[in-house]
Amino acid sequence: MDELIFFINRVLISGTVLGSIYALGAIGITLVFGILRFAHFAHGDMMTMGAFIGFCIASILAGMGIATPIPIAFVVLPLAMVVTAAIALGIDKGFYAPLRRRGVPSVTLLIASIGVTLMMQGLIRLFFGSGTRSLYINETKEIFRIDMSAFGGSRPISITEPQVLMIAVTVVLVLALHFFLTRSRLGKAMRAMSDNAALAQVSGINTALVVRVTWIIAGSLACVAGTMLALDVALMPDLAFNIVLPIFAAAIVGGLGHVYGAIVGGFLIAFAETLAVFNWTSILRPLTTWLPFDLPANLALVPTEYKLTVAFVILVITLLARPTGIFKGISS
Amino acid sequence: MSDTAIRRGLDLNDPKMRSIVLFAAMFVIVLIVGYVQGAANTTLLLTQAIAYALIALGLNIQWGYGGLFNFAVMGFMMLGGAATVTISAPINPLFWDSEGPLLLGKALAMFLVGALVVLAARQSHRIGIKGGWKTALIVLAWFVSYVAYRSQIDPAAAYIESTAGYIGGLGLNPMLGWLIGGVLAAIMAFIVGKISLGLRSDYLAIATIGISEILRAFVKNMDWWTRGTQTVSPMPWPVPLPQQYQADGVSIADSFVFARLGFLALALVILVVVFLFIQRAYGGPWGRMMRAIRDNHIAAGSMGKDIKGRQLELFVMGSVLIGIGGAMLTSFNQIFDPSSYQPINHTFMVWVMVIVGGAGNNLGVLLGTFLIYIAWVISDPLAQAIFKNLSAWSQSVGWGVIPEIDSRALQMRVFVLGVIITIALRYAPKGLLPEVVQKQK
Repeated sequence: MDELIFFINRVLISGTVLGSIYALGAIGITLVFGILRFAHFAHGDMMTMGAFIGFCIASILAGMGIATPIPIAFVVLPLAMVVTAAIALGIDKGFYAPLRRRGVPSVTLLIASIGVTLMMQGLIRLFFGSGTRSLYINETKEIFRIDMSAFGGSRPISITEPQVLMIAVTVVLVLALHFFLTRSRLGKAMRAMSDNAALAQVSGINTALVVRVTWIIAGSLACVAGTMLALDVALMPDLAFNIVLPIFAAAIVGGLGHVYGAIVGGFLIAFAETLAVFNWTSILRPLTTWLPFDLPANLALVPTEYKLTVAFVILVITLLARPTGIFKGISS
Repeated sequence: MSDTAIRRGLDLNDPKMRSIVLFAAMFVIVLIVGYVQGAANTTLLLTQAIAYALIALGLNIQWGYGGLFNFAVMGFMMLGGAATVTISAPINPLFWDSEGPLLLGKALAMFLVGALVVLAARQSHRIGIKGGWKTALIVLAWFVSYVAYRSQIDPAAAYIESTAGYIGGLGLNPMLGWLIGGVLAAIMAFIVGKISLGLRSDYLAIATIGISEILRAFVKNMDWWTRGTQTVSPMPWPVPLPQQYQADGVSIADSFVFARLGFLALALVILVVVFLFIQRAYGGPWGRMMRAIRDNHIAAGSMGKDIKGRQLELFVMGSVLIGIGGAMLTSFNQIFDPSSYQPINHTFMVWVMVIVGGAGNNLGVLLGTFLIYIAWVISDPLAQAIFKNLSAWSQSVGWGVIPEIDSRALQMRVFVLGVIITIALRYAPKGLLPEVVQKQK
């Protein structure tokens, strides 16, 4: 029983949290790709920027002596989302829209997004230095322990308060996005434009508005994902640059342009990573008496240093076996 | 040049005139930097710039000639550096006297056996195993080989790291190391290209970024091979070191200049040879075919050109140059530090060099390399000076000093690089010296 609890703590909970972060990031990438047809590399840094904006607002509030029952980063999240969405719109207007108007190939937009990445990284480090910060300002992580002694376990299932909130926020946002895309007029217009941009324009859809809405959704979701990542790990300037690869892998595995695919891909990559670096010895220990050989101390499929390879291997296998992703994605 | 151009004296639309003017401007910039920074720093800067020029020319072959995305520049540079370490670093007697070579040999044997098992599984359709069973067999073969290899390499790595530190080098000439660096990069490029060149450009971009990050993770964590974060230093030079000049009685300041001049001359010779070679290749039928594939691969394919094979050829050729350049940089800096490799400083800076210079135009890429590298190097002291002044100003206004000026000023370079890319894409998308499109008369 203890082994099962250990498994739940180490794989199920942390995998779900990581999966939520990946899914929210991948939705943004997939939406931008669906509407604007280019791989937006600056998404990782948009996440970092969102987290830092949240940090700024939270510090100001904490400085004013405001204390909240839940971590303050969650309280200021809506405000941070608005600011990040506004910056995302500004970036589009300043850097991508002029190039789009000239009708450049999507490759040029991709390179431009790398330029934007560098600018954002430079600015973030310029203002916040390159050190590590914590999004918990004068706060401690509250840990819920669910007693499992009734089921014969000696250790509790432990989950922290931010983790519960993260999962809840993700569920709410995904549901909201689902209803927006399927029920609202604008959401339907977005899906139409993602299917066929020219046809959508001819049938009277305001494509400029759709592009703006895309950036608003992508920017605010990036802010949420970045804040969660910062709460889960720590707030660093190169925080999200390291997860651009898993996020893109999630979007591609799910099928580019496909929102539900991005969610599935995000959780798939997250659980694959968590399971790959999981030490199986701790689960298999009760079996030692029946096994003919001794279990090694560390029986992880992949050493933790090479966690990145997992997302990549899944990506390569997907591209080779089913290039359009699990759900049939768009090809530009 | 037409008569009107002569009358106007300076026609910047004429490619030849444009290159002459821009190169002259660059030469003036180099002279100014040389005057301000002194001979020792200038030779340092120029030698590094030449190594970067080799790398940028390599990327130009891939992106400029062939339109192939390669965001794995950093990975190939690291491979070149690691190869130089193994070839040219001094021999580590501790390793060769221990059981390390035997254990490594076993791991290598296991690797080869595993590779054979996987290859055999891929051919299993010959004995009648088809469909899902074949896929299952291949996956099983991969898994078994992986576990078998891990069971050999893990203890070997732990043993070497605990007894000898790392395997050391072979103590051979660094130039051989550069060559092997190129070969290693070529092998890796072949594997990468074979898997991913058929992909769309954005998939190729993400695939190469992934490969570069994975290469970095491997080189950084394979302590038994490259000492990982402990770094290998000092690395030998193919030309006399400053210390050798000092032993001959040259003053310390002069010895650095002489030694670096020696390295600079060697690097320059290599650059000139490489440049002439790839320039000829560009102008010849081979280059014409590559441009045809780049501009319209469907048309080129229907003319009977082997698109995938040719693109693989370009990818490997470019990566060889990147590997050699990376190896040369490692030798010149005398230190191999895997954690100093960053996508920004390596991959993206080289991309900026190619884009700003003019993709497809080798002269333009050379110009772009020197300009961007100089901008990169001098923007650090420049930003520091600006920040110091700002800090003094904010202090005088009463807002207090700016903290951590040194580390923050360094980040300005990243921002400047981003600004340069976006400006170049918007106002000069073809670069300073655009590719010259020759028309048949």
